[in-house]
Amino acid sequence: MNTVLEAKNINKHFYKPKDFHVLKNISFGVKQGEFASIMGKSGSGKSTLLYILSTMDTEYTGELYLNDQLVTGKSQKELARIRNKNIGFVFQFHYLLSEFSVLENVMLPAKKLAERSHAAIEKDALRKLEMLHIGHLAHQRASRISGGEKQRVAIARALINDPTILMGDEPTGNLDSHNSENVFKIFKNLKEEQGLSLLVVTHDKDFAKRTDRIIEMEDGIITKP
Amino acid sequence: MINWSVILGIAKTHLITKMKSTVTATLGVTFGIGAYITLVSFMTGLNAMLDDLVLNQTPHIHMYNEIRPSETQPISLYGEFTSTMNIVHSIKPKQNQEKIHNALPILSYLKKHPNVKGATPQLRAQIFYLSGSIELGGNLVGVDIMEEARLSNIQDNIVEGSTEALKNSNNGILLGAGLAEKMSLSIGDRVQISTVAGDIFPLKIVGFYQSGIAEIDNVQSFANLSTVQQILGEAENYVTDINIKLLNIDESESMARSLEKQFNVKAVDINEANAQFETGSNIRNLITYAVSITLLIVAGFGIYNILNMLIYEKMKDIAILKATGFSGKDVQYIFMAQAIIIGLMGGILGLLIGFGLSHLIDNAPFETEALPTISTYPVNFNGTYYLIGITFALISTFVAGYLPSNKAKKIDPVKIIRGT
Repeated sequence: MNTVLEAKNINKHFYKPKDFHVLKNISFGVKQGEFASIMGKSGSGKSTLLYILSTMDTEYTGELYLNDQLVTGKSQKELARIRNKNIGFVFQFHYLLSEFSVLENVMLPAKKLAERSHAAIEKDALRKLEMLHIGHLAHQRASRISGGEKQRVAIARALINDPTILMGDEPTGNLDSHNSENVFKIFKNLKEEQGLSLLVVTHDKDFAKRTDRIIEMEDGIITKP
Repeated sequence: MINWSVILGIAKTHLITKMKSTVTATLGVTFGIGAYITLVSFMTGLNAMLDDLVLNQTPHIHMYNEIRPSETQPISLYGEFTSTMNIVHSIKPKQNQEKIHNALPILSYLKKHPNVKGATPQLRAQIFYLSGSIELGGNLVGVDIMEEARLSNIQDNIVEGSTEALKNSNNGILLGAGLAEKMSLSIGDRVQISTVAGDIFPLKIVGFYQSGIAEIDNVQSFANLSTVQQILGEAENYVTDINIKLLNIDESESMARSLEKQFNVKAVDINEANAQFETGSNIRNLITYAVSITLLIVAGFGIYNILNMLIYEKMKDIAILKATGFSGKDVQYIFMAQAIIIGLMGGILGLLIGFGLSHLIDNAPFETEALPTISTYPVNFNGTYYLIGITFALISTFVAGYLPSNKAKKIDPVKIIRGT
């Protein structure tokens, strides 16, 4: 199986308030259709790593490949396009645009990509909401739905452009066990039915155990790949 | 690649959900532009009226013989005294005829000149108006009345009677309104005038002349050129002044100088004659612009504030947009679009309000003794000011939107999302 995401010798420092070496020579890869989780204590650098992998953070040394293409050193504009097209992101907090409807929230990244017609995007968005069992909420305002529902909307939004990889920063961290279970099932289904690669940072041991691969981090080093 | 429909869609949603701020910012621009349009229309209208009042009385070039001392006194003609210092006391003006030499050939020359709209001969005579035993000093101007009506605004200043009435009578007079009041005369009455030499002539009043400037209306009257020539006992070529209207007023100065040289007469151009008046107009314009620009800058600050606040509120949204693939430029355009939409709406509304207020002022009655031809406040409906207004609205909102939107562009999504 080919590798979709690969990090080579990634180093990162925080310079404020004083020099701190957060990530030390991180090298690892995520394969096509793999469901990987990153675990570690607070401050081990796992979130920092995830934001570098998501191309949002560019202040690091080393090399990052996405679909065997070097991503490191590209312009902000190109990176934005890569994020738009190839990376889906789910956060701990849902981060929906509260003034827009659920459907509009889901459609927005695809409208930005502008590779499909408005009608095609809308159809796809409705299909994805349906898949996550929240199709009936499509025309609600994003601020009017419950936490678990919001997180599912966020997942639908992350999936709208059929990304290469879905990243999650503690996607279940703010949910009760029932909704956590739901999110896990959704992720599992995506992997099994669509062969999507997933990389999730989590604190939740039960969640991590059921993934294909646990990457453990401590003090900026991968202790177990 | 910029996807405008998405960007405008987001901008529109922001504006609609923050209706209160949007309306406040828009009204700021509206009032700024509205006040600018009203002020500038009113002020320039007023300026134009005052300009007309004074400048239309003045020909573009006025030719006459000036009474002045000779430049070179006889003593300097003697070679023997060239190396000495000569002091001449009690210099008298040079004995000179009042009439312009060769006036008729000069007139026909001027009428053929490509930049001359028209040239009219005038004969100014010092006279006395007689009312019983009272003698009122004044002057009588002999004019070619039809030509004068074509070239100047004399028609506007004839409050009773008409130019034709003067033309058709060989002893008619257009009496100054101030004089008519002093002597209790009305149209059809006769007024006796006496020349400096003492000859008395009765003239028939065919109309009243009121320029709005009391000093003129109390002394000056008009009659046909031939009538005044007869009164003075002079020939048909006796003309003391020539007034010239030009097609291109900018050339008045250079042309005045060349006419002076060519015909050896004094020629005064319009700028020279009204130098202090021009200064007044310029300062009034300056004040108008200073006030308007201040208003617009205040409106600009309003937009700046509101957008700044909006961006602060939308920090998370900006981060999420960036995380899902919107570039910094896209985010900047979202906020710029909002500023420009506010500017455009506010600007257009401001133009409409400005137009409405100007219209209101234009219809407000304004009657004054001094200005017989004016019945409402003067307003200048010049399209240029509307263009300037909307341009300034867009520029100021652009600048006011650029600064906060640039901040939004630079927001680091990681920092916001991680909450550090």
